[in-house]
Formats: sequence, C-alpha cells, structure tokens
Amino acid sequence: MKRYTIFVITENFIGILNRITIIFTRRGINIDALTASESRIPGVHRITIEVTVTEETVIQLVNQIEKIIDVIKAFHHEDTGVVYQELALYKIPVSRLDGGLEKIIRDHHAKIIAAEPDFVVLELTGHKEKTRELLEILKGYGILEFARSGRVAVAKRMLTIDSFVN
Amino acid sequence: METKMRGADIVIRSLIAEQAELIFGYPGGAIMPVYDALYDYQDQIKHVLTRHEQGAIHAAQGYARISGKVGVCLATSGPGATNLITGLADAQIDSTPLVCITGQVAAHLLGTDAFQETDVMGISMPATKWNFQVRRAADIAPAIAKGFFIAQSGRPGSVLIDITKNAQVELGEFNYQPCQEFRSYKTHYPIADTSILQAAALLNGAERPYLLFGQGVILGKAEAELKFFLDKSGIPAASTLLGSGALSQEHPNYVGKLGMHGNYAPNLLTNQCDVLLAVGMRFDDRVTGDLSRYAKQAKVIHLELDPSEINKNVKADVAVLGDCKESLAKLTEAIAAKKHEAWMAKFRALEQQENEAVVQHDLKPTKVGLTMGEAIHHINRYKADDAVLVTDVGQHQMIAWRYFNYKKTRTQVTSGGLGTMGFALPAALGAQLHDYSRQVICVVGDGGIQMTIQELGTIMQTKAPVKIVLLNNNYLGMVRQWQQMFFDKRYSFTELDNPDFIMLAEAYGIKAKKVSDRADLAEAVEDMFIHDGPFFLEVVVEKEDNVFPMIATGCSVEEVRLN
Repeated sequence: MKRYTIFVITENFIGILNRITIIFTRRGINIDALTASESRIPGVHRITIEVTVTEETVIQLVNQIEKIIDVIKAFHHEDTGVVYQELALYKIPVSRLDGGLEKIIRDHHAKIIAAEPDFVVLELTGHKEKTRELLEILKGYGILEFARSGRVAVAKRMLTIDSFVN
Repeated sequence: METKMRGADIVIRSLIAEQAELIFGYPGGAIMPVYDALYDYQDQIKHVLTRHEQGAIHAAQGYARISGKVGVCLATSGPGATNLITGLADAQIDSTPLVCITGQVAAHLLGTDAFQETDVMGISMPATKWNFQVRRAADIAPAIAKGFFIAQSGRPGSVLIDITKNAQVELGEFNYQPCQEFRSYKTHYPIADTSILQAAALLNGAERPYLLFGQGVILGKAEAELKFFLDKSGIPAASTLLGSGALSQEHPNYVGKLGMHGNYAPNLLTNQCDVLLAVGMRFDDRVTGDLSRYAKQAKVIHLELDPSEINKNVKADVAVLGDCKESLAKLTEAIAAKKHEAWMAKFRALEQQENEAVVQHDLKPTKVGLTMGEAIHHINRYKADDAVLVTDVGQHQMIAWRYFNYKKTRTQVTSGGLGTMGFALPAALGAQLHDYSRQVICVVGDGGIQMTIQELGTIMQTKAPVKIVLLNNNYLGMVRQWQQMFFDKRYSFTELDNPDFIMLAEAYGIKAKKVSDRADLAEAVEDMFIHDGPFFLEVVVEKEDNVFPMIATGCSVEEVRLN
C-alpha cells in the first residue's frame, strides 16, 4: 500500500462529490483527506483526494471516478509526483504560555495568526509529518483545538488543466 | 421558435422530440401535472399503466432490450421513486438504456420531510449512470435531452431525472435541442491501429485461439462483424448469458455458453486456449469462477468500449478500446484466414460428454416427473426464429438459457448482472408491447412470478399476447439446489405453498392451462402458441431437480462439474 494523490477535474454540479465518495464507500476504502475548490477556470472544480491503497486499487478508483458523467478528468500520482502542502491551526490557552514558545515558533517556522485574551492561534504549513511533530510539542501547552486541512497539490507533470477542459 | 408552456407540457413534448413512443408509469401526487399534460398527447405518445412502479421499470427494460431504444418510465415522488430503484440498478448493471422521470415535492419543500418526499437523488446515485434534479421549468428540456443522450450513448445505462412539482406547473421556454456531446463525457474512442496489429499478430500465431462474446456485440450492433470475423478466423466462439443471440447457435464456430451453468466445453477449455479474445464482455465472476485460476496460460485480447472494464477483472495483454463494431471489422481485415479443426474437435468431444451426462437427462428423461428442459425443448419446436425469450432468475433461467435455440439477435431478455427475481413478467410485457406481432415467451419460476404477479393485470388491460410458461417446482429451486449441495440439504425457507395459478390467471381473463404429465406437454405448448392472445401455461416439474453443469463458487472454470 502506498499513499496516492488523486486529482479530479469536474463540472461544478450538485452531488458530484457524493458520486465520487460512494466509489470509495462501496469498496470499503477510507479517504485520508479531501479538498475541493473552484479551479482557475470558472465552473470547473478541482478535487484532491489523498488515499492509501495498492497501485491496482488506485487505478480502479481513478477509472471509476473518470466514468462519472460530469467528471472531466481524473488521474493519480504517488507522493513523488506532486508538490503538496497542508495547513494546520493550533489553538493554545494563554494561561499555559511560558518562555519556550518563541523557540518553538522559530524552529518550526510557524506563526501566530491570532491572539485573544484567552488564547493564541498558531499556523503551520507543511507536510503531515511536520504538522504532527509540532502538535506533539504543543501538547505540553494544552491544546484547545487542532485542525488540519486536506492536501492541496499540484502535479510535477507538465500538463495544464486547459488540455482537459475545452 | 420559442414558446412558453407549462413544465409538464415540456416534459411530454421533450419525450416526443426524443421519439419516445411508449411510456410505462404510475401516477401520483408529485407527478400529476405531467400526467395531466400526457392526457393531451395520447395521439402522439402511448402510456401503459402498470400495477406497481417496479413493473413499470422492468417493462421499460424489456422494451429497451428488444427495441434497442431508450425505455421510458414515469413515477411519482417518495414510494413511487423508491420502487424504481431495483430496476435502475438492474438496467445499470446490464447496460440497458433507460430514462426515468420522477415527480418531486415543490422546490421550497425540499429537505423538509414533506409528504412523499424522499431523497431520490441520493438513493438513486449508485444505481444510475447519471441523475439530475430539475427545479425550474426552463431546465426540463435540456435535462431530458442530456438524459436521453447519456442513457443510450457509450455504454448504455439508467438515467433518473427528478422534477420538482413547481417546475412542472411553472411556465418555461420550450425550444428542444437534442444533446450530442458535452465536454466531460466521452462516447467514442478511435480504434488504435497498433493494438489491432498486436491483436492480429497474437491471433495469427495462435494454435488454440478462443473467442468469448457478450452483450457488447448486441449493444454495438456488431453481430454481422462478429460473424464475418468468425467465418474468416475459424475461431471457436462461446457466449455469455447476455450475449446469447448475438450469434446464431447454428453458426459452425459456435461452441456454447459460458459461466456457472454454461456448457461443459466452453468453461473447461478456457484454461486450455492459448489466446483468449473477449469481445464486449466484462469477465463477470459468474463467467470466470476463481480469477486466480482463470485462463492464466492464455494471452488475453479485450475488445471493450468501457475503459473502466479493461484490466478490471482480467488483465489484458492487448486491450482494444472502442466500439467492437469498428474493432472487429478492423481485426477481421488484419488476420489471416484459418481453420482450427483439431481444436474445434476438442469442443465437440466434450459437448458429446455433456450430452450424455446432462442433456439426455434434461430433454429425454426416464423419470416420471417433467423436467424444465423438456418444456424448453417443446418451446423450441413451435417458436419462431425471432421469438423473444424472457426469463426470471433461478433454475428455470439457467435451463431456459441452456436449451433455448437462439437464432437471432435481440431475442433474449433476462436480469443478468443484478439477478432480479420478479423481472420476467413485466419485462415480457414491455418486450411484447414493442411489437405485438412478435412471439414473446416469458419463462418464469413459481418464486419469481409471485414477486410481480400483479402485472398480470397490465397484461389483461393491454391484451399483450405474452406466452407465460411457469415452471413450477414449488420451491425456490436454485437456492434449494445450493442448500442440497453446500448446506447439507437443510432446506431453510425455500419450499412454497402456492396459490392455484390457473385460477389466478383466469381471474385476470388470461387463458390458462396446467400440465403435469409428459403426454400432455407437447399439445399444451402448441395450444399456447396457437392461441391468439396472452396464455398462461403452468408446467409442474420435478420438485428436486438440479441444474448442471455447474462451477461451484470459488472453483475454477476447469472444475466445471457434470453432476
């Protein structure tokens, strides 16, 4: 089993995400992370799905996704084939702050994006391994909330979305 | 020219624009405006009122399979829509083109648990090729145009269009534009010449090539191309369940049927061929048995229109993506003319074994009780070449398939992929309503017929001259067979106390006859065919008879058993 990123270029119609996810559900496959947003072409959406499966399975998944009538194109990459990024937010109570936070922020290239009387929010962008590492460290400060985005990714292959959308 | 009209009128005018001639349906609250509009167009489009929405959709399937056109269904929201689901799933897995239109509560009530509201979009999503909800009158015609295009292009399938009640009563522009393409949907793949050359090279070098054909040949209207290919190549050819009829069984290359209850030689020799050429079939598990021991010795060539089927179950050494009508024609040109007499003789020798071990018992039994095979044998004697065989699911389905003499294309209607009991009676009705003059024979078991027996009422009302042959063994026979073979004869809930079917048929005004003795069978079958109008023939068969050959679950095709 390997980690794959599946890109889906699709029309922005109601229910399309449901049609995609039932392909995973039916086969008992868990989606590790999923992000969806409009692409740079109006009306065309881009869905990024992270999944840990065998190569055989990811090919079947992509074939089935591409079979969906309103899906324009679907393809998959191994981690080495994509440049990807994730974003994590950590909400920490002010009451637990000590002198150590500055070093942690510097070491991890994190930043404080909000400070309220009761809490501060740190932001870190990076791969899951890095955001998880910071999470472990910040646990000592009593994390109030932690949220991590799914992966956003671009392929290393030199193909543009325009070649599929005409 | 654009004109404003009610959404309900747009629905009917759009169906007429798509050349729909016949709709199967059932009215109800949320679809009433459409039914009201239909009242004005009865001279242009016919509607058949079934007795249940499941009956309507199976009838539409039967109609679609025989006519090659899109089957059309109308139903109301809530239970009307949910009753369509089995048929949607059945049509989708068997690649039958269907457009179903359901009424829906008014848009402002969506999501409020309004009366007869159900999330039919969510429910039908995994059972359809495409579904769409229309909430404005102006969107109805484009949705229907797109639906018809999707249902019948590429690999056909089922489409559901859900129309809210407000959209049916509001006014909208009507300017019908058929749909021919859109950017996210590819229907045609140009045949790659390199793959044709590779396939031809494999076939030309083959000692024991073997062709399997499926329904793709029928859907792709490639029957003539298949025949020409076989004439030139000399390759033995076997049919899947749904492929039956694509090639006349009298063709010299025809060697029989594939799968769990197919013929002995076609299954066994799958594991002896050196090149396996699959045309318009998808290597269903009922065909392949244990995949890890399926045709491992062979190079596989797969001619297939649906890209997702290639390498899904069986890895293809050469995949030819595209319409098999084109690829078969190109392949015929590219191959050398050959004969494979020694290889063919192997099929014939095994066929002889099957005849002695199985066919003899089925068609010329020495036991007192009638066999299902005998009934089919007599049907063959009286049927027309283009007679349609509609079957339900179970032992009778396999026996009828095994012994029916398929001579023409589009003569077979059965629920293959989904295995829907209750399919046959309404499907036969739909097939018959496409053409009253054609013989439609509905072979059904005593279990399945009772799942949709209410459609006798529709047969009565339409006077569709369906010939219903009930093979009655007072058991859910196929399940009983499995219980006998694999569950130590523990017949758990498979025996039926049945009604008097003859009285039941007669109550619907259908002429009926019951046969229990061999001496009466031939005459009864003849009477059935002579009778002008629907006929119900009950044949009481041996209670505990089994279907052989058989490839048990988990076994390899070479482990096909004769008893």
